[in-house]
Amino acid sequence: MGEILSLASVTKSFGAVTVADALTYSLAEGEALGVIGPNGAGKTSMFNLITGTLPLDAGRITFLGHDVTRQNAAQRCRAGMARSFQVPQSFGGLTVFENAMIAATQGANLPGQEAEALCLDVLEQTKLMSKANVLASRLALLDRKRLELTRALCARPKLLLLDEIAGGLTDEECRSLIEMIRAIHVSGMSIIWIEHVVHALTAVVGRLIVLDFGKMIAEGNPKAVMESREVKEIYLGIETDA
Amino acid sequence: MSARDNYRVFRATRASRVAAVLGLAVLVLLFAAPWWAGRAELRLLGEIFLYLSLAMLWNLLAGYAGFVSVGQQAYVGLGGYLLFALTIFLGLHPVAAIAAAGLAGALVAMPVALLIFRLRGAYFAIGTWVIAEVFRLGFAQLGALGGGSGISLPVDAARSLAEGRDAREAVSYWLTLGVATAVITIACLFLRSRRGLALTAIRDNELAAGSLGIDIWRTKFLVYVIVGGLTTLVGALIFLQKLRISPEAAFSVNDWTAFVIFIVVIGGIGSLEGPFVGTIVYFLLREMLADLGAAYLIVLGAVAIAVMLVAPKGLWGLVRDSTGLRLFPLGYRTEPKEKKGA
Ligand SMILES: Nc1ncnc2c1ncn2[C@@H]1O[C@H](COP(=O)(O)OP(=O)(O)O)[C@@H](O)[C@H]1O
Ligand SMILES: [Mg+2]
Repeated sequence: MGEILSLASVTKSFGAVTVADALTYSLAEGEALGVIGPNGAGKTSMFNLITGTLPLDAGRITFLGHDVTRQNAAQRCRAGMARSFQVPQSFGGLTVFENAMIAATQGANLPGQEAEALCLDVLEQTKLMSKANVLASRLALLDRKRLELTRALCARPKLLLLDEIAGGLTDEECRSLIEMIRAIHVSGMSIIWIEHVVHALTAVVGRLIVLDFGKMIAEGNPKAVMESREVKEIYLGIETDA
Repeated sequence: MSARDNYRVFRATRASRVAAVLGLAVLVLLFAAPWWAGRAELRLLGEIFLYLSLAMLWNLLAGYAGFVSVGQQAYVGLGGYLLFALTIFLGLHPVAAIAAAGLAGALVAMPVALLIFRLRGAYFAIGTWVIAEVFRLGFAQLGALGGGSGISLPVDAARSLAEGRDAREAVSYWLTLGVATAVITIACLFLRSRRGLALTAIRDNELAAGSLGIDIWRTKFLVYVIVGGLTTLVGALIFLQKLRISPEAAFSVNDWTAFVIFIVVIGGIGSLEGPFVGTIVYFLLREMLADLGAAYLIVLGAVAIAVMLVAPKGLWGLVRDSTGLRLFPLGYRTEPKEKKGA
């Protein structure tokens, strides 16, 4: 299998705060990678750098064999990246269905009827169909997170970037979300998934990386990573029931 | 069976169908106005249509693309002067001159966009105003167009619209009605289209819009150029009504931007219905307070502040948020298909 994404010495600081410190790794096509790290470690910033909403200070990002470092977010989305935002960024004045339609017509570039059909399928998959005609601004946080996932899927990505979509879910909801993401992954999607709920991550991903102060401090098999000393040091108090 | 087989998607709602039928009836009634209205009423209606058009256009710019321009008088004035220049120097028929002004306005808007798109927020607003001032000073230098003191439209040009004063007034009125209808139709069709969906996404959340594949710069550029062209066209028509132009009148920030902003903000920015509501409120206030003189402006300001405090999304925003009503079929709705035989 080829490489879908690779980061080479990707670096970014905000003044004295380094949020990405020479990040270097790659993702194989069809792979699911988990990302953990304490709050403020730079996980969301890493997604911003990968998807193009934040410019790099140095380094290079390659996606599907093309250097995308200088492309903007829209170009990278059309090339096949889609993300969910940790803090939901819904189109509040539009309904759930219309939010999905934007991803399908713009990101996936589908003509009207095909876009509509895709949105219907995805809404059913993400269990938002009952809210299809509800304004996004009226949704509770949980449904907004589902909408983030819905929109990302409606852009028909090759690489799906998920930023803490399981936070605040009940056990039952979390289980159903894990099933959903596992199914998406099994269908061949490459995924990078940031999550504090480690058992959710390890149920799906085959590899884990750990960020702290913008640095990748551990990488590898989830079990081994969770048991490493570095991780235990920064993760005292966070669940490790993987 | 997958979801796509069990649900159907539609765009026109009952409200939008009723609105379309009523709108068409009103349009027919207004078209017949020269037979049932007096000269003064026709003039007032014409002015209402022109302001509705300007409000629709400013709303696309500020309410959707996020460009709070206070310099749209640049295009209104440009349109006015183009009408005069094209009829006087090239002998064009006024209607042809109005159409040509629209095209020229769109062309002018392109380099202007390249210039002012570099500015953000308040600097953008100031930039648009500076450009309008540059236009005003520039046209004041043109002696052939009356310089600083202005010029009247030659009688021949006005006469070429129709024979006789009543017929001329009627044609002139129909032109305003036609242009307003065209502007509303274009705005509606644009917002219904793919690009329009992209623009609506930008209105609500630029970060998400970019991340979902929308080329924000290109979409905004397109909107700015279309709005610039149509505002120029409306400007040409405005000065065909007035028959006289001067730099002060042509590039008046009060007449062509301040009142228009009032209309859009009162009515509801970022919706197609808002400018309709705002235009009605504005003209009601104006006609009711006509005797107040300058105090009328103070009342307008007070109304604007009151509405902004009570209903930040304008009067239409209040209605929409409490009823979910949408009069234009811009959105998408979905519902389960009827089960056959069930
Ligand atoms: N646009 C920004 N400007 C300045 N500082 C930022 C910006 N975005 C993030 N940061 C800072 O960078 C650090 C990493 O943030 P973030 O990537 O959101 O962390 P995480 O997602 O791992 O919790 C934090 O200290 C945050 O305050
Ligand atoms: Mg984060």
